[in-house]
Amino acid sequence: MRDTLVGTGSLIRLGLRRDRWLLPVWILAFAVMAGSTATASADLFPDLASRVEAARRLNGTASVVALFGRVYDPTSIGALSMIKYTAFMTAVLAVLVVVVMVRHTRADEESGRLELLGGGRLGRNAPLTAALTICVGASLLLGLLSGAALVAGGLPVAGSFAFGLGWAATGLAFGAVAGVTAQIASTSRSAIGMSSMIIAVTYVLRAVGDLAEPGPSFLSWLSPIGWNQQVRAYAGDRWWVLLLPLALFAVLVPVAFALRARRDLGAGLREERPGPARGSLAGVWDLAVRLQDRVLAAWLVAFVLFGAVIGSLVSGVEDFFGSANAQDLIKQLGGGQALTDAFLSAEITILGILAAVFGIAAVNHLRAEETAGHAESLLSTTTTRTRWATSHVVVALAGVALLMLLGGLSIGAGAALSLHDGGQVARVTAVSVAQVPGVWVMCSIALAVFGWLPRLTPGVWGLYVAFVALGEFGVLWHAPQWLTDLSPFQHAPRLPLDSGTVTAVVALTATAAVVAALGYVGWRRRDLTA
Amino acid sequence: MANVIELTGVTKRFGHVTALDGLDLSVSAGEVHGFLGPNGAGKTTTLRLVLGLLRADAGSMTVLGLDPWRDVAELHRRLAYVPGDVALWPNLTGGEVIDLLGRLQGGQDAARRDRLVELFDLDPTRRARTYSKGNRQKVALIAALATDAELLLLDEPTSGLDPLMEDAFRGEVRALRDQGRSVLLSSHILSEAEALSDRVSIIRAGKVVETGGLDQLRHLTRTSVTADVRTVPEGLERLPGVHDVVVVNHRVSAQVEPSGLEPIMHALTAAGLRTLTSQPPTLEDLFLRHYGVAAGDATDDAGAGRSDRA
Ligand SMILES: Nc1ncnc2c1ncn2[C@@H]1O[C@H](COP(=O)(O)OP(=O)(O)OP(=O)(O)O)[C@@H](O)[C@H]1O
Ligand SMILES: [Mg+2]
Repeated sequence: MRDTLVGTGSLIRLGLRRDRWLLPVWILAFAVMAGSTATASADLFPDLASRVEAARRLNGTASVVALFGRVYDPTSIGALSMIKYTAFMTAVLAVLVVVVMVRHTRADEESGRLELLGGGRLGRNAPLTAALTICVGASLLLGLLSGAALVAGGLPVAGSFAFGLGWAATGLAFGAVAGVTAQIASTSRSAIGMSSMIIAVTYVLRAVGDLAEPGPSFLSWLSPIGWNQQVRAYAGDRWWVLLLPLALFAVLVPVAFALRARRDLGAGLREERPGPARGSLAGVWDLAVRLQDRVLAAWLVAFVLFGAVIGSLVSGVEDFFGSANAQDLIKQLGGGQALTDAFLSAEITILGILAAVFGIAAVNHLRAEETAGHAESLLSTTTTRTRWATSHVVVALAGVALLMLLGGLSIGAGAALSLHDGGQVARVTAVSVAQVPGVWVMCSIALAVFGWLPRLTPGVWGLYVAFVALGEFGVLWHAPQWLTDLSPFQHAPRLPLDSGTVTAVVALTATAAVVAALGYVGWRRRDLTA
Repeated sequence: MANVIELTGVTKRFGHVTALDGLDLSVSAGEVHGFLGPNGAGKTTTLRLVLGLLRADAGSMTVLGLDPWRDVAELHRRLAYVPGDVALWPNLTGGEVIDLLGRLQGGQDAARRDRLVELFDLDPTRRARTYSKGNRQKVALIAALATDAELLLLDEPTSGLDPLMEDAFRGEVRALRDQGRSVLLSSHILSEAEALSDRVSIIRAGKVVETGGLDQLRHLTRTSVTADVRTVPEGLERLPGVHDVVVVNHRVSAQVEPSGLEPIMHALTAAGLRTLTSQPPTLEDLFLRHYGVAAGDATDDAGAGRSDRA
């Protein structure tokens, strides 16, 4: 047994070194988000009456319950302010844990990194053990820091740590899930896909379960995300529920090791099916679409669903934020006149921010193809550099446009239904599509980095996070206006549309075009690098 | 006809590393040109420059009469490349990759493609991620060989191929030459270059240190001679051009420069020659001479390539 663990220590060190940015940024982001929200909620719901009222409305709106769950103690400011974090952000956390797990197991096998290390005496179980250790450590740290941040945000100590440890335990559970899928799947992509599917199913299970009156039905208890809600931090602090994810961890980890023992390095348990002997790909365009179509399809489904939920929330908005304070805040955020417009604008801006993730990732595919050595093969054919880069850029730009179009239509349709106003479809879709040029600016920045500073491609994500954070917290941090204005999201059009919208759309499109052209110039004159 | 590749004084730096340092290389039309050098000598860098994937810092380059940096599309229509490290899209099948590359190359001969798939014994229905290194190599080779390219650039094309496949590959390269096409073939496997090449350039630390036909280069090195004699003659090692004389019982072996062949033959015949084997110099020897490794270290596997080249 000991033999199979040889090298675990060095793999852990190597893993932490590779993730020395990813993990701290991610852990801090969760803790800071939770803490800031706790602080903000105290201002938003200053007295008991406003909390009870808000909680009553939240619990009474089916789509909110489906999306976020219930507030189990209407008098508790903690339960109210953490509503978005208990299920929704927990699912995001689960995705991140899965990515880290797969990155250090399956993906490393795929790249041959483990084989390379394996030559230098590496136990069979070392990679999985190392990945699990990193995942457990990161989850615990995230949980404890978040607990501390919530306490700092003014919430009760016991509830805060119940909440933080809920996150930690859920992280462990999904880490173990990824440990298992990484053995079953035959590639890292399918391991991530399989795990994401499980996360989605557990999310839906608890959504359906939570909708049952008066409280959760057994379906919620089938879901690790449901368990996290049932810890009921700040609303009873049921510590014993934390044992459920821990038990799942304890069951799945041995399963993962047993599966590992039954397969070869690099192989999955699922067999490979033969594919076509003849190719139908006519060129780089087909190839770019083929490489990204599934991802885009998943994004489109998510956008349509997200849009439908947001759209159906609209009718509740007016009484939802009953207090004068909240209305002021929403108006400030949205900048629009009517409260509904402000709400819709805010949500559509978020849609744009999300679409940028797809856009940036799609452009960054260029770099991935270059480092993988695929670009070398393509660029030594008649394919020119411009043509090849354009194939991925078009997928990015068109994908973003399609996402915003369908997302906008979906929100618009939801709003039209819930407000009984068919006119909403056109205006909401229009403003959603008007976000596209701003997102394109982010895509073209990614292209420019690829063209001029290819090794800094991951840094685009840092810039993206900075822009988003400036938009969200810029006011809170007293950031100077010119700095906030650098973010393309800051100039995104809002409802109602007016002549200013046209100016913004034209200016952002022009900026995107100029930055992209700059990117092409760099790309055409630089060396191909690994 | 003119040279298909003409590089003069080409220099390429990566930061503070000078990968190519005033490299001169010429490949004439219709020849198979071996490009030999140890790891890190700059073979791959040279090929990438020829392809316009990298940009030279100094020097001039003409490939098929074109500028590889500016006339990319036109040039690439007429050449095919097999990278040293073949990377394929994990989710595509071998057949899909071959056809994709073929189309991007400006079309491939379908019949030839099928014959090559058969010849190299490749299963084209498997996903690329399940291929071994050798199979990935085959995919790239088939894609390149199935085109009508005038010039083929092959970077260590047989790394990962088993001997049977290596043989098939050699047959294909000879067929290409018979069709009048040109090949630049990099390798550090000397027997391979020796078996195939009309001419050879040897690169070391970013410079071509030796170039010429095999016959031309052979005079630079020593023939290895082994003989059984009745009585071992005295003073063999004092003969001009004779080196490393070793005597075991009645067996004499020595390394002999071209100028020393006549005197040593006289001496051996006079000593009552019973058996004689002589091995012509191999590229192995040439190579070792340039990179300063003791020649004796490599004589064991030096015979492998020679039998092909009678
Ligand atoms: N992108 C790069 N960045 C930095 N250095 C590089 C880069 N590419 C090559 N080099 C360096 O240039 C030199 C020549 O490398 P090259 O790959 O051309 O050698 P090679 O002859 O092909 O070797 P091998 O037989 O190992 O394939 C090496 O010292 C290598 O480290
Ligand atoms: Mg090389």
